[in-house]
Amino acid sequence: MKFTRRLAAALLATGLGFFAPRTAAAQHETAADLLDGERAFKNTCANCHGPDGDVIPGIDLGRGRFRRPMTDDDLVRIIRTGIPNTPMPASQMTVEQAQKIVAYLRSRAATARGSVAAGDPLRGKAVFDKGTCASCHRVGGAGSRVGPDLTDVGSRRSARELELALTDPAADVAPGNRTYRVVLKDGTTVTGRLLGHDTFSVQLLDTTEQLRSFAKADLRELGFVATPMPSYRTSMTPQEMADVVSYLASLRGQ
Amino acid sequence: MRHALRLVVVLALVAPLAAQQVTFERILHGDREPQNWLSYSGTLMNQRFSPLTQITAANVKNLQQQWVWQARSLEKFEATPLVVDGVMYTVQAPNDVVALDAVSGRVFWTYAYTPAPEGRPCCGRVNRGVAILGDTLYMGTIDARLIAIDAKSGKPLWNTVVAKASDRYSITSSPTIVKDKVIIGTGGGDGPIRGFISAFDAKTGKEVWRFNTIPGPGEPGHDTWSGDSWKTGGVGVWNAGAYDPEANLVYFGTGNPAPDWDGRNRLGDNLYSDSVLALDADTGALKWHYQFTPHDELDYDSTQVPLLADVQWQGRPRKVMLWANRNGVMYALDRVTGEFLKGKPFVKTNWLDGFDAKGRPHQVKFPSPEGTLVHPHVHGGINWAPPAFSPRTGLFYVASWENSGIIAVTGQFPRVMSSNAQQTAMGQTNLVPFYNDDTEPFGVVRAYDPQTLDKVWEFKMSDITWGGTLVTAGDVVFSGGREGYFLALDAKTGKLLWRASVGGQVNAGAMSYSVNGKQYVAIAAGNALFAYALP
Repeated sequence: MKFTRRLAAALLATGLGFFAPRTAAAQHETAADLLDGERAFKNTCANCHGPDGDVIPGIDLGRGRFRRPMTDDDLVRIIRTGIPNTPMPASQMTVEQAQKIVAYLRSRAATARGSVAAGDPLRGKAVFDKGTCASCHRVGGAGSRVGPDLTDVGSRRSARELELALTDPAADVAPGNRTYRVVLKDGTTVTGRLLGHDTFSVQLLDTTEQLRSFAKADLRELGFVATPMPSYRTSMTPQEMADVVSYLASLRGQ
Repeated sequence: MRHALRLVVVLALVAPLAAQQVTFERILHGDREPQNWLSYSGTLMNQRFSPLTQITAANVKNLQQQWVWQARSLEKFEATPLVVDGVMYTVQAPNDVVALDAVSGRVFWTYAYTPAPEGRPCCGRVNRGVAILGDTLYMGTIDARLIAIDAKSGKPLWNTVVAKASDRYSITSSPTIVKDKVIIGTGGGDGPIRGFISAFDAKTGKEVWRFNTIPGPGEPGHDTWSGDSWKTGGVGVWNAGAYDPEANLVYFGTGNPAPDWDGRNRLGDNLYSDSVLALDADTGALKWHYQFTPHDELDYDSTQVPLLADVQWQGRPRKVMLWANRNGVMYALDRVTGEFLKGKPFVKTNWLDGFDAKGRPHQVKFPSPEGTLVHPHVHGGINWAPPAFSPRTGLFYVASWENSGIIAVTGQFPRVMSSNAQQTAMGQTNLVPFYNDDTEPFGVVRAYDPQTLDKVWEFKMSDITWGGTLVTAGDVVFSGGREGYFLALDAKTGKLLWRASVGGQVNAGAMSYSVNGKQYVAIAAGNALFAYALP
């Protein structure tokens, strides 16, 4: 989080707008909210902004880049009321709908682009396959579903973002990928990826890849836990890191 | 790194649990795990019979709503959900797959698919549910694709073009799994398509075999189409099939020939329209067929799900297929040989006056320039809704409706007329019955004796029904209709035992499952899915 703030400050200083840091309220976004936001974005915004939100010069919605700095509230207001004397029209959306679009854009934005060392994707694949990556991650139908599916990660994340995920994995975890732990009254502990939660229940994909739902009344403890993804900052050489990033960037779906 | 290693150890320890995949053996013997519902009608015999016994005719009056899941869709909700070990899978029309907790109705994940704009089926942007094999769900889409989706994560695995949506093909049915194949046909037969049934490799999505429902030049049956009419003769396949493992035959019903109400340019029987096809499940080769309505000009699709049952027939056990057809006639066929055993109207029917020795109907009503009153009308005695059969009561349960209409051919364009003159039959907004006097139409749930095809009991509703029927080992029949009631009837007598007002049309078949020893009954109605259980 500190890193993100520093980066945001740096970007603001260079004249680029950036999303405000994530607030506690954002913890309530679930994968379903992001899906709603994505769908609304594609149905409504993408007509002018393009599927990646980068068609209009000077604006790159998918990477949090605007003509001037924007808070979440600014964005919600603009989505709803438009910008006078520009092609950006008002919409019929509720605040909640607009917030979901902002949440979706934020989930894409993460951090900004940056330069990374050149790597060799084939060597990177060898490092990936030899290591324990597939015990949590899935590529093209092989590997575990517990961590984020990387099959098309190269089309969703920049090389800079991928490198950050390897060196400082806790810095930016997408809402749909957060790790959650519940302890049942009998002491049984279940950990997994949080899929949904509400006042009375919690839904996880647990570490055995089972879809599980729990009544909060049956739980002794519950809450987010740190990502199980370790940092590879020191356990990989810079060249290995560059190679793995290069491999991940080459994953564009099937 | 240490953490990752620990995770590997954990995964290794629990691997046997995680590996509980839905094998084809499990699907084939779905009745051995009554807590689950692994295919569209429960098993591949399509009996829509739940062996669960917690809910009975004696206690069903105590059923309480457990949860409601609201679809974010205003399309008609026709899907039957699947349940696998406490996880429910359904389709939010047109083509979003949703995984729910079967106990609470809360969502695990949604796979959102936006069909191409040219995917415009004739009669509603609907879907009747997914199929599962292994860890993979399969869905047909209204833009005529077949999509494989990871059942744990909701991620798409492959997406195969079954047919061109721009050529008016669409898919609304639940796929049928046989061994390592996903078998499906397409809708669109009210337009100028040439229908087919295809089998796809479940792992790769590659087509393995295809059976054209209209024979091409040189193939048997091609001469049942005059001129070039075979090229655009329709014959879609828009409902799930059945499978008999001993015969290794997969059975599908086929749709009407096109154009629907004017047969003048497609003279002949128009094989294999309005038929049941028995295909070799490995090769797609035709083993036998029976045509319910030769040279159909009344839109009598025969796409109802084939129901397989083993019953006593004239004093000896026989493997039969029971079929309540849109043409108003109920049939018993030998499902191994295709032999016609018996046919008898199950609603008021006037278009035929009997059969020849081989079961070919003798048709006596035809469209005419001045208009011909026909029973049943275009909607049929039943449309597509799934029936049920109980091995306990030995009865065949069908939700149907009585109706009639006047079919006229004038000039080049056929007209359909009735006193309330609605032209669009099947879409969401114009779902109205045709009728010609005040005694019709009405919806009705009836039980039939498969040996005689005689009615044993009936439960009449004021309005018509597009709902299916479910029967359970607790001897309860669940059904519903357009009035927005979900009903529980005594499977032996038809007596109303319980009802819930669900506030929207019941346009689907119910199903039953259990989790942690508690039996549930689920039904889609309006734009929501409801689950009931005992307190």
